[in-house]
Amino acid sequence: MKTFNYHVPKNVKEASKLASTSSAFLAGGMTSVPSMKLGLATYKDIIDIKHIKKLSGIKVSGKTVTIGATTKHAEVANSRDVKKAIPSLTKLAGGIGDAQVRNRGTVGGSIANNDPSACYPSACMALNAIIHTNNRKIEASKFFKGMFETALKKGELIEAVEFQIPVKSNYQKHPNPASRYAIVGVYLAKHKKEVNVAVTGAKSSVYIDKDLSKALSSSFSSSAIDGMKLDSSEMNSDIHASGDFRASLVVTYAKKAVEAC
Amino acid sequence: MASLVGSRVERKEDKRLLTGKGRYTADINIANQTYAVFVRSPHARAKIKKVDTSKALKASGVVGILTGEEIAADKIGGLIAGWAIRSEDGSEMKVPANPPLAKDSANFVGEPIAVVFAESLDEAKNAADIVKVDYKVLKGVINTADAMKGEAIHDGIDKNLCYDWLLGDRKAVDEAFSKADKIIKVDLINNRCVPNAMEPRACVVDYNTASEEITLYTTSQNPHLSRLIMSAFGGVAPENKLRVVAPDVGGGFGSKINVYNEEIVCSWASKKIERPIKWVAERTESFLTDTHGRDHVTHAELAVSNDGKFLGFKNETIANLGAYARVFGTVTPTYLFGPCATGVYIIPAAYSNVKAVYTNTAPVDAYRGAGRPEATYTIERLVEKAAMELGIDRTEIRMKNFPTEFPFKQTLIHTVDSGDYVAGLEKAKQMSDYNGFAARRKKSEANGKLRGIGVSSYFEACGIAPSAVVMSLGCGVGLWESSEVRFNPTGQVSVFTGAHSHGQGHDTTFAQIAADELGVTLETVDVVHGDTDKGTFGMGTYGSRSLAVGGIAIVNACRKIVAKGKRVAAKMLEVSEDEINFKDGEFVVTKSNKKKTIGEVAFACYLPGSRDSDFKSPLPEGEEPGLIESSFFDPANFSFPAGSHISEVEIDPDTGEVKVEKYTAVDDFGRIVNPLVVEGQVHGGIAQGIGQALHENTEYDETGQLITASYMDYTMPRADNFPEFNLGFTCTHATTNPLGVKGCGEAGAIASPPAIMNAVIDALDGQEISMPATAEKVWKACKLLKKSNSKAA
Ligand SMILES: Cc1cc2nc3c(=O)[nH]c(=O)nc-3n(C[C@H](O)[C@H](O)[C@H](O)COP(=O)(O)OP(=O)(O)OC[C@H]3O[C@@H](n4cnc5c(N)ncnc54)[C@H](O)[C@@H]3O)c2cc1C
Repeated sequence: MKTFNYHVPKNVKEASKLASTSSAFLAGGMTSVPSMKLGLATYKDIIDIKHIKKLSGIKVSGKTVTIGATTKHAEVANSRDVKKAIPSLTKLAGGIGDAQVRNRGTVGGSIANNDPSACYPSACMALNAIIHTNNRKIEASKFFKGMFETALKKGELIEAVEFQIPVKSNYQKHPNPASRYAIVGVYLAKHKKEVNVAVTGAKSSVYIDKDLSKALSSSFSSSAIDGMKLDSSEMNSDIHASGDFRASLVVTYAKKAVEAC
Repeated sequence: MASLVGSRVERKEDKRLLTGKGRYTADINIANQTYAVFVRSPHARAKIKKVDTSKALKASGVVGILTGEEIAADKIGGLIAGWAIRSEDGSEMKVPANPPLAKDSANFVGEPIAVVFAESLDEAKNAADIVKVDYKVLKGVINTADAMKGEAIHDGIDKNLCYDWLLGDRKAVDEAFSKADKIIKVDLINNRCVPNAMEPRACVVDYNTASEEITLYTTSQNPHLSRLIMSAFGGVAPENKLRVVAPDVGGGFGSKINVYNEEIVCSWASKKIERPIKWVAERTESFLTDTHGRDHVTHAELAVSNDGKFLGFKNETIANLGAYARVFGTVTPTYLFGPCATGVYIIPAAYSNVKAVYTNTAPVDAYRGAGRPEATYTIERLVEKAAMELGIDRTEIRMKNFPTEFPFKQTLIHTVDSGDYVAGLEKAKQMSDYNGFAARRKKSEANGKLRGIGVSSYFEACGIAPSAVVMSLGCGVGLWESSEVRFNPTGQVSVFTGAHSHGQGHDTTFAQIAADELGVTLETVDVVHGDTDKGTFGMGTYGSRSLAVGGIAIVNACRKIVAKGKRVAAKMLEVSEDEINFKDGEFVVTKSNKKKTIGEVAFACYLPGSRDSDFKSPLPEGEEPGLIESSFFDPANFSFPAGSHISEVEIDPDTGEVKVEKYTAVDDFGRIVNPLVVEGQVHGGIAQGIGQALHENTEYDETGQLITASYMDYTMPRADNFPEFNLGFTCTHATTNPLGVKGCGEAGAIASPPAIMNAVIDALDGQEISMPATAEKVWKACKLLKKSNSKAA
C-alpha cells in the first residue's frame, strides 16, 4: 500500500473541505482498503468519517426509515425497528458478505461506491429512497449513474439514506459463490400505487426492471411473471454467470420474492 | 492403565494454536532484518530481454537487488523434479531447467525474475515496482488438452511432452475389450485446484557471519528434505551449515512440500548481503505461485459383461505439469495415479497411459490425495455409469467386483494387505439409509427439486513408502522415516520425529503412541519436530505417511528403550532379564512382584557411578549410560485405507444451486490412534473434495492470466456449503506395521469428489457435467433435461 495522509475530521464540514480529486472517505474500508492494498487505487488523503457521530444511527418514522451513512450493515441487520418497518432491509443487510464485512461495511460506503453487484443500491431503487448529502437531497433514481458512478460531486458526503416504507417487500439474491456479492439481486417492493422490481448484479448498474414491475403492478403473483424472458443483451457476463443465466435468474428470484411477500 | 491409543484425547497443540500463541514463520523477526519483495513476470510466456535495476537501486531504503544473472553466476541450482519417470518407449522424461530467478525466459505469471531487499516492506515494494524488465511477450500454451499441439515452450522439449508413460498391458486390455458385452466410456476433466493453505508461504533467513551457518525458517512440510535439496541440488550451503526450521505451519496440503524459488533465493542472498531477510507471500502470490493440484483430461473405458462383471479398463490421460516439473510433479500423475485407477475392483486387464505436458501455468504438484483423487474419480464415474447403463443397482455392481480375499493382488502394481470392502459399503448403505432414498427423492420432487444419490468406493496407496519400491519406480530418495526417543534423567520423554505437523495433530497422537509404549502419562511426553538441528533426519509429512511410517519409527525406538530398560532393571533387581515383564511403565519380576518403574530405570541409566565404594552400577557390563534410542523405519509396503462414501444432493433447477443434503463416509484406516483427530482429518478431506466437486474454479484466460487469483473469484467452500458429516469406521488392521495403522489424511479428498458428482449426475438423470458443478452448468443441464423430458412425454 502506498503511503497517504490520514485525517480524522470532527464534522461533516471539515470532512468535505479536506476532500480533493485524490482523496477518499474512509467508512468501513471494505472496498477502499482492499483496492489500496492491491494497488488498484491510490489516494493522497484518506478522510476517516467514522468518528462523525451525526452520520451514524437509525430513525424510523411512520413512513420512512432513515439510516445514517456510517451505520454498519450489522447494525441494520440487527435493528428491531428496521425489521418491524421493512423486514426485507434487515434481511438484505444480514446477507451482505460475511460477519467481518457486515461489522465494518456501511450503507453510505456501499451506495457511494455503487458496485454493480452490491445489494443496497437495489433497496434504494425499490424503496424510492432519498439520499441526503451535505448539500442536497437526491432521489435514488437520479443517484446511480452507471458502473461505480453516482451523482455525488467532489467533496460531497452522504449523510443518510431515507427509505420509503412499502406495503410489502422482499429481497432475494443469488450470491456470487466466492465473494457472496450478488450475481443477481432482486429487490421487490409493493407500494400503495406501484410495484418496483429493482435489480442489481445483472447489468452495469442497478435498474428497475420495467417489464417485471409492470406485470406485478397489474397482478401481484408469481404466475404473472412466470416464463417471462428478459433481454440478456445488456446483462453482465463473467466467469460466474453468463448474461443468459443472469436474465433467467432475475425472473426466478423475482418470483421467489413475490412468493416470499 | 487404560490404553491411550484409541481414545479421544483432545489435541495438545490446540491450546497454543487456538489462542493465537502459535509461532509461524511470519511471526519470527530477526534484528536488522531486511524485507524481500520479488519482481514477478506479469506474462505467461516471455523472453526476458533486459532487467534494469539502476533506478530501483537508488530508491529509498534499498539494500540490494539480485537477478537471474547473479544467481546463475554463483552457480546456485534450480528447483528439481524428485522422480524420474520413463516413457513407454523407454526414453527418459524431459525436464527443463527451473532457475530460482528466471534469467532468459519467464514461463508463468508470477515466476520470479528479480528480488529487492530493503529496510522496510514498503520500500522494498516501491523499489520492486520500478525494476524495469524488458519482455518479448510470446503466445503461451495454456490449455491442458491442447498443450501437445502448441509451440514448444522449453527448448528441446518437443510437443511440450515430459513423458508418455504406460502402466499395464495394452494387448491384454484389447483382448478383454473384444470379449465384452458393453464398453462404458467417460471423458473427464479433473479440475485444477489452488491448495489455499490458510498460512501463505514465508521464509526468514539468518546468516551467521561468524559460523557461516544459514538458518532458514520456512513454511515447509519437510524441513530435512528441504535442507537436503537446497544443499545437494541448490548448492546453497553444505548440510552442516544449513539449518532449516519449519515452526508452526498453517496447512500445506502438498503445496509446502517443494523447496521454492523464494527460499533458495533468500538463503543464498542472506549470505551475499550479510543481512537477515524476511519474505512473506501475499495472498495473490500464493494463488499465482504455490504449486497447484490435479488438472487432468481423461478418457477412460470400462469393459463389462451384461451381468455387471468388470473385464477390462483403459485410461488415457493428459496431465498438466504447469511450467516446470517439481518434486512430486512427475510421480503424482503416474505411480500415484495409474495403479489406483482400477479402484477397489478385480479387473483382470488394465492399463493407464499418461502424457504429462508443460504449459505456461503455475507448476502442478501433489495436492491432498495426489493422483489418487484423480484415479478414484476416473473409476468411480465409470462404475456409476456402468450401473446406470446396465440397470444394476450401484452398490450391487460394486459388491460384485470387490475382492473378498486379502492380500488382494490388484491388476497394476499393488498388493493390498488387508481390507473388507463389502463390510464398508454395507455399513455406508445402512448409515445413509440408502434404501430410503426413493422416498426422499419423491419428497424433493414434490418441492420442485431434483435429488440424486452417489456412491464412491475407494482404496488408496499411502503411507509412502517402501524405499525399495519407490526408488525402483524413479524416486530420488528412500521414503523411510526416523525417530529418536530420549528419556531425561528425571523421567520426561522427548520424541523426535522426522515427520512434520501442520494440522495433523502429531503433538497429540505421537505422544499417545509413545506414552502407551513406555507406560508413562501423556503429559510426560513431548513431541519435537520441524528443526533439522533437533532430532534425526526425516522425510516429512505428505502422502498420509506420518503415522504409518513415522509413527512406527517411534514405536520401534520406544521398544528399544524398553529393551534396554529391561536389561538395566534386571541388573538393578538382581534377576535375569527373562524373569522380568514390562507392563504399564513397570519392570516387574514375575515371581516376586519386585519392580522398578521406567522412571527409576531412566534415572539409574544416567547415574551409573557413585563416590560410595560399595556402589554397584545399575548398568550391566558393557551397557552404555543414558536412555536414548533411535529408529529408522522403512515399511514393507504402502498402507491401503479404503472405504465407501455416499452422498445425496438436491438441485434447484431454476437457480442451478446444488445442496449437499447428506454425506456418509465409512472408512477403514486400520487401527485408530485418536478418533477425534481422525474425524477431523476426514472432515477436512471431505470439505476439500466437495470444494473441488462443486466450487473451486481455477481459471486461466487464453493469455495465461489467472483470473481467479483472489477470494473474490476463487470459490473456497465454506461451512454453510456442508451438511453434517456422518462418519463410520471399519477397522481391519494393516498387517504391514506393528500398530496395524493405515493413513487417513487424504481419504476424504479422494473419495468425496466422485461421491458428489455421481449424485449430481444421478439427479440430472445421467447427464454428464464437469467439476466444479457450478450453478450455471447445472442450470444449463436442468434446461436440457426439461427439454428431453418434454420430448419424451
Ligand atoms: C468480502 C466482501 C463481500 C462483500 N459482499 C457484499 C455483498 O454481498 N453485498 C453488498 O452489497 N456489498 C458487499 N460488500 C461490500 C461492503 O458491503 C461495503 O459496503 C462496501 O465495501 C463499501 O462500504 P464501506 O463502508 O466499506 O466503504 P469504504 O470502503 O470505506 O468506501 C468506499 C467508497 O465510498 C466512499 N464513501 C464512503 N462513505 C461515504 C459517504 N458517506 N459519502 C460519500 N462517499 C463515501 C469512499 O470515498 C470510497 O470511495 C462486500 C465486501 C467484501 C470485502
